[in-house]
Amino acid sequence: MSFRDTIYALSSGPGRAGIAVVRVSGNSAGAALDQLIPGPRFVPRKLTVASLRHPVRGDVLDRGMVVWLPGPATATGEDMAEFHLHGSSAVVASVLSALGELQGMRMAVAGEFTRRAFANGKMDLIEVEGVADLLVADTEAQRRLAMRQLTGEASRVYEQWRGDVLGCLSLIEAAIDFSEEDDEVDRALLLVRPRIDSLTKQLRETLEKSALSGLLRLGTKVVIAGPPNAGKSSLLNWLAQREVALVSPQAGTTRDVVETRLVIDGAAVMISDTAGLRYTYSDPVEGLGIARARAEVSAADLLIWVTSPDTEQLLPERVPDILVLNKIDLLKDRSIRLRNETDIAVSVRTGDGLEELRHRIGSIMRAQSEIAEDGIAVRERHKQSISESIRMLNDIQCTENMALEVMAEKMRSIAKCLASLTGQVDSEDVLGHIFSTFCIGK
Amino acid sequence: MSSVVRKFDVIVVGGGHAGSEAAAAAARLGARTALVTHQRATIGEMSCNPAIGGLGKGHLVREIDALDGVMGRVADAAGIQFRLLNRSKGPAVRGPRAQADRKLYREAMQAALAEQTSLHIIEAAAEGLVIENGRVAGLVCESGETINAPSVVLTTGTFLNGVIHMGDTQTPAGRYGEPPSHGFTRQFQSLGLALGRLKTGTPARLDGRTINWSVLDVQHGDVPPVPFSFLTERITTPQVPCYITQTTAVTHRLIAENLHRSAMYSGQISSVGPRYCPSIEDKIHRFKDKSSHQVFLEPEGLDDPTVYPNGISTSLPAEIQEQFIRSMPGLSDVVILRPGYAIEYDYVDPRELDHSLAVKRLPGLFLAGQINGTTGYEEAAAQGLIAGLNAARQAAGQVAVTFDRAEGYLGVMVDDLVLRGVSEPYRMFTSRAEYRLTLRADNADRRLTSKGEELGLVGRGRADAFRRKAEAISSAIELASSLSLTSAQAAKAGFKVNQDGLRRSALDLTGMAGVGFARVAEHWPELRELPPVAIEAIEAEALYAGYMTRQTAEIAILRQEEDVSIPPGIDYLAVPSLSMELRLKLDRARPATLAQAARVEGMTPAGLAAVLSEIRLQAQVRPQAESQGTAA
Repeated sequence: MSFRDTIYALSSGPGRAGIAVVRVSGNSAGAALDQLIPGPRFVPRKLTVASLRHPVRGDVLDRGMVVWLPGPATATGEDMAEFHLHGSSAVVASVLSALGELQGMRMAVAGEFTRRAFANGKMDLIEVEGVADLLVADTEAQRRLAMRQLTGEASRVYEQWRGDVLGCLSLIEAAIDFSEEDDEVDRALLLVRPRIDSLTKQLRETLEKSALSGLLRLGTKVVIAGPPNAGKSSLLNWLAQREVALVSPQAGTTRDVVETRLVIDGAAVMISDTAGLRYTYSDPVEGLGIARARAEVSAADLLIWVTSPDTEQLLPERVPDILVLNKIDLLKDRSIRLRNETDIAVSVRTGDGLEELRHRIGSIMRAQSEIAEDGIAVRERHKQSISESIRMLNDIQCTENMALEVMAEKMRSIAKCLASLTGQVDSEDVLGHIFSTFCIGK
Repeated sequence: MSSVVRKFDVIVVGGGHAGSEAAAAAARLGARTALVTHQRATIGEMSCNPAIGGLGKGHLVREIDALDGVMGRVADAAGIQFRLLNRSKGPAVRGPRAQADRKLYREAMQAALAEQTSLHIIEAAAEGLVIENGRVAGLVCESGETINAPSVVLTTGTFLNGVIHMGDTQTPAGRYGEPPSHGFTRQFQSLGLALGRLKTGTPARLDGRTINWSVLDVQHGDVPPVPFSFLTERITTPQVPCYITQTTAVTHRLIAENLHRSAMYSGQISSVGPRYCPSIEDKIHRFKDKSSHQVFLEPEGLDDPTVYPNGISTSLPAEIQEQFIRSMPGLSDVVILRPGYAIEYDYVDPRELDHSLAVKRLPGLFLAGQINGTTGYEEAAAQGLIAGLNAARQAAGQVAVTFDRAEGYLGVMVDDLVLRGVSEPYRMFTSRAEYRLTLRADNADRRLTSKGEELGLVGRGRADAFRRKAEAISSAIELASSLSLTSAQAAKAGFKVNQDGLRRSALDLTGMAGVGFARVAEHWPELRELPPVAIEAIEAEALYAGYMTRQTAEIAILRQEEDVSIPPGIDYLAVPSLSMELRLKLDRARPATLAQAARVEGMTPAGLAAVLSEIRLQAQVRPQAESQGTAA
């Protein structure tokens, strides 16, 4: 096989599934297997149970089925490996990012497995046409994401970055190609470093924000928390329409985090019920449960805080997104004064107010997912392009007296890296930029 | 009157830079070659600025030279001021340049062509092509004479329907004082070739005896001069300086007030000129906030008083030219020998060509130089070499030879031209080369000479010299890679390195920021004994080592995609999963390989996948159809 990068990607559909399949193809596929699963190499073409470990930290990422497929008798014609993982976004993300840390590995671009299969004559005509149609749909959507103004924020930002990179690159290229012909190009070079600094800052901020928007895309984490015996587990069971959590009249029944995936009012969520929070407890196991509950509260994308008239009043540790007062059937006076507009009074026992609560959760979810769709870097590939660009920008910032042509090389790589988001960067674009900025020509 | 029809393998029309190089290349391959030109004495004429090389252009000259072309050696013989541009920058972007004595250049070029034993020079005005059975069979001259050859290279420069503009007067001309040519344009039109019109300009020529040199800034050449040719050891032609003056507020006012009298602004010229070589009218009109522009006063020859004022090409009326030129320091009493002018001419859309510079619709016809929409002597010469090489190969029944973007600037240029066409006269820049760090002027021979030798383009003398040099370089690099220090030893020797326990070779250390070869050679005395060419190579290799791996990988992908060829008959308009815009662009460009298709403007990965599936479809359908055909 020829000398090329080894590529990897999630090959099963995105989002939650029973099993997720990550494929790796290329010369380093075997090395990737060895690094994620230390020990002897697997028997070719035999599905084997194995624990995947992070190549640097060594912690177990998942336990799944793995198969080693040495080329050329594979789908792409190259060495391949497949990881059949638990189909959660967290597992998939952790394995993808572990693969990304290996030498010579990168995320596949759209259709790249197919292109390699093509290049090696591995696909027959009917498969080819089918895949080609799929590819068109996929790339067209990605192209629109970058080009179209409709989605607003993402395209505008990508377009602006592209402009910044192009601008810096033209200043550098002008100083290389035209320092003889215009005395201003060397002076203009002074503008490059500040522009790189500001670009790096923007990319970093976006990447930080993207951690949340990526999560939103694949499922929001909803956490139900509050004092013991407020009816949190009952509420979860009602939302799930089944007995997900054990309930009893005794405070502190829920000891651990109970997590389940639900569709609430049309929105996909990962919802967890937690141990009731209180400051004093006798049982050390309950104490552990409370510690976990606190961690859940701080990790929640959406926090539902449940209290009831018969529990102690406890201030939530962060501002909840929805404040629920349960057991209103216990109150003689039904005209409860709500403390603020996010309060909803319900009775899980009688069903009062529950539909309203469900709609409230749904509408918050929809609002968030709209932000996610408009957001930047919602996909792992986007994040990878951005963090790779940041790495190269840092390189430029940290090297004193970097040769101009080397700096240009880096900027071109950054432009290429961002190109999957913005479309092609062409040498003609750079020249166009130069000619509109400088008066070239002796 | 003789009725014997002369027969050749290759006819080259035009004795400019493209034509000279094309004729020399064809003759080196042993083809019986005829160079047809108006006047033997104007072969090798520099019709515009008296200089060779520059950034990107200097790379082209080195590549021509690496293939044993003539331009480098001729420029070395005629050069009167050599400068290595971008000397303060890295080796990949340094470009050799020289002012040339126009007369010496012509003489050296004519002498170089005279050395080619299978080259015949014919003084005649070419009128049109002889076309038989849909392919080129020869050339018809104005005199009525027919010359036969299976391959013809046209390098007609600005002569096709050329019109010179000066103020409001227009004169049909191919060059100043020489008549234009119309016959070829008519033939091209009847063949259905896409034609376009471009313009370019040239400044007035000044009498150096009337310039007050004492008030001007002087610019000296390099000492010692760096030659173009890998074979030139030393420049022996006397060296002279250039001088610099600049436009003044008066110059700007004069030009602004008379802008409407410039052919370009009065609407007489509508065709496109180069953005990087604007007329002085353009510069002043478009960059209003720039109060002064530099003007380089370049000597046209050692015993020629003519001075070329670089930077003020113009199509203003002659009397305005005189006024604004005299408004510049040192030029208040200057005598103008010849006014500047703009010239408009026809070019053939280079997308009509394949990568061997053959016209796709007319087998046997090759085009090179300004006729393809380029500008510059070096661009023309590089195309001439490729066209001459392929014309000779075709006449001998051999397959075409091409150069790809990873082999050299000449590959980049041809690929840009035939896939993308031109919207303004095309000039080479280093920024056009995506593998710039590997395509250096210093290693042009290591990239191309072996290939040239295999093709029969490179003579024995150069081949031997090249082998000696290549061996010296590779053993020097081997030496520099074998000498090494641990991080602790390096620190002790005064190198600032991370204490990571790694060994670093002399080559690694040379490439580190702020170290350089000289410092490394202080530590290892044996490195000081290396020849300069080897040191130059070590410095370049060391500096770019970190980037070579990636460029090599990218080149490998390029080569792989070059290996997937696209059947010439593919019907892009019928590929369902392509956008209509891409279908039209592909149909226009007719890429020969997948890699070329990938470079068509606006191409997307999805589009490329669609092209691939179409290739496979045709590959499956065609053999079937053929076997059915034979069965029936």
